[in-house]
Amino acid sequence: MRLLYFAWVRQRIGVAEEEVSPPPEVTDVGRLLAWLAACGPGHAAAFADPRQVRAAVNQEFVGPDHPVKPGDEVAFFPPVTGG
Amino acid sequence: MARVVIQEAPFDLAAESAALTAGRTDIGGVASFVGICRADDGLSAMVLEHYPGMTERAIARIAAEAEARWPLSGCTVIHRVGRIEPGEPIVLVLTASAHRVAALESCAFLIDWLKTRAPFWKREVFADGRERWVEAKAEDDAIAARWDRAA
Repeated sequence: MRLLYFAWVRQRIGVAEEEVSPPPEVTDVGRLLAWLAACGPGHAAAFADPRQVRAAVNQEFVGPDHPVKPGDEVAFFPPVTGG
Repeated sequence: MARVVIQEAPFDLAAESAALTAGRTDIGGVASFVGICRADDGLSAMVLEHYPGMTERAIARIAAEAEARWPLSGCTVIHRVGRIEPGEPIVLVLTASAHRVAALESCAFLIDWLKTRAPFWKREVFADGRERWVEAKAEDDAIAARWDRAA
């Protein structure tokens, strides 16, 4: 599974992207976020408040209940501020 | 089909508007919105990042929604990324239609939804070296919600 991070999520984690193979019980975005939060201090800092983090799966905005599976491109980022 | 461009370079409003109407005699009006970087609180620059690939898809989808809601003859969205200084343009939305209401309303719709539904993030850099990520505003969500309607 390919993970992408943007803005302060990327800064806190320290990398813009990484490949991960989460355990089978990680079946949706919310569980993936919780699993990642335990992957290290940078990840813990990025995901300390899940309400401040948004997600996209395969380049579509999704909520925490959206399923994730091997091969997906999953991105985590703050609420968007373009325009 | 809208013209959607993500670029670091500045854009030329007059050239983009001329390109939208070139050779056409059915267009009665072009509406434009240009977002410009302000120098709030001693800001020296804004640094914009985006999600390449998803950004273009998200904007194309917003433009397709505009084309479904209003009879548009053309539409251009250009969003800059990278370092932008106060006074410089950030984003351009152009909409062309036979009549003004469609052009003006769809232009407002496009920038309202772009602000809340396209994956861009702004970091503010201040003269004293401080940096700060811009936080999303509830006000922008409320403004965008005025275009919500039952499917």
